[in-house]
Amino acid sequence: MDKRVVFNEAHCKSCELCVWICPKQIIHLKQELNPLGYRPAYVSDEDQEQCISCAMCARMCPDAVIEVFR
Amino acid sequence: MKPVYLRPKSLTETVSHYCPGCTHGISHRLVAEVIDELGIQSKTIGVASVGCSVFAYNYFEVDFQQAAHGRAPAVATGIKRVHPDKIVFTYQGDGDLASIGAAEIVHAAARGENITVIFINNAIYGMTGGQMAPTTLEGQVTTTSPSGRTHSVQGYPLKMSELIATIEGAYYVVRCSLHNPAHIARAKRAIKQAFENQIEGKGFSMVEVLSTCPTNWRMTPVEALKWVEQHMIPVYPLGEFKTGEGE
Ligand SMILES: Cc1ncc(C[n+]2csc(CCOP(=O)(O)OP(=O)(O)O)c2C)c(N)n1
Ligand code: SF4
Ligand code: SF4
Ligand code: SF4
Repeated sequence: MDKRVVFNEAHCKSCELCVWICPKQIIHLKQELNPLGYRPAYVSDEDQEQCISCAMCARMCPDAVIEVFR
Repeated sequence: MKPVYLRPKSLTETVSHYCPGCTHGISHRLVAEVIDELGIQSKTIGVASVGCSVFAYNYFEVDFQQAAHGRAPAVATGIKRVHPDKIVFTYQGDGDLASIGAAEIVHAAARGENITVIFINNAIYGMTGGQMAPTTLEGQVTTTSPSGRTHSVQGYPLKMSELIATIEGAYYVVRCSLHNPAHIARAKRAIKQAFENQIEGKGFSMVEVLSTCPTNWRMTPVEALKWVEQHMIPVYPLGEFKTGEGE
């Protein structure tokens, strides 16, 4: 399945606003660091199916990291 | 799969220097979305101010001029009068607009300049390390009000939207917030209205956006959003203060 929510991980700053707002609570921070030194937000391949494409995460993100598809 | 949300084209690919979770980034994104939707990217000129948003010219894929502290409305006036066919907006913090630039914003409004002002109220001087701003709340602790702002010593918070709305030349004055997606959507509609007013030649529009400074407020980004809702909005009520000249 194609991804419903796609993160530009290199731009993420681990602010967790997307983690907080997601109604399905499927966004988490990775353990490894991105080139900026932050733990990027992501949705696991399994959890992509849980995503309802509401785009609340993308509208909350201050760094325009997230794109959403339906 | 169909796109539901794509990164706006009027933002550059540059990673911003803003702190994690700072809502300056959301305001940038909303302005860029509006520029995209109105199809005005090639004729928009931004005026950056002094403060954390001083580097805004690196983040918007439109022409930009950086103004001296507080002078963005004066610079925007010059640009708009020389290039009346361009869409000119300023992007200013509360230290910039409400303190050192208080005269410029008042007179740009009084002249009814046909420009759009995006005013970021985060109740503090962010860039310089968290000093008290004219917009700092009573009781709020900053590096220059270490026991909390007290009106008998430091005066009252300055309510710029209410003040500008008293000026005849101002056409549209609105205050909005970014503390959740519903309010972000409202803020975007207000910003779009403020740009449309300029396109239609209606005159001076100012959108005040209640914004966070998690770093200098010493809060997590989520705590900062809740602080906006619980503490800023009671002092800075949301809504349209003016729609239409002379009202
Ligand atoms: C003429 C002048 N005076 C003072 C300063 C120092 N200074 C830089 S930014 C700033 C205030 C910024 O606060 P604000 O406008 O609220 O923006 P923020 O950083 O919070 O986004 C000040 C006083 C300056 N750069 N130039
Ligand atoms: S689109 Fe909605 S459901 Fe999907 S990850 Fe984002 S916030 Fe969660
Ligand atoms: S809101 Fe954006 S920057 Fe913040 S953690 Fe989520 S993806 Fe990263
Ligand atoms: S200092 Fe405050 S206003 Fe400036 S980028 Fe950091 S959080 Fe944002």
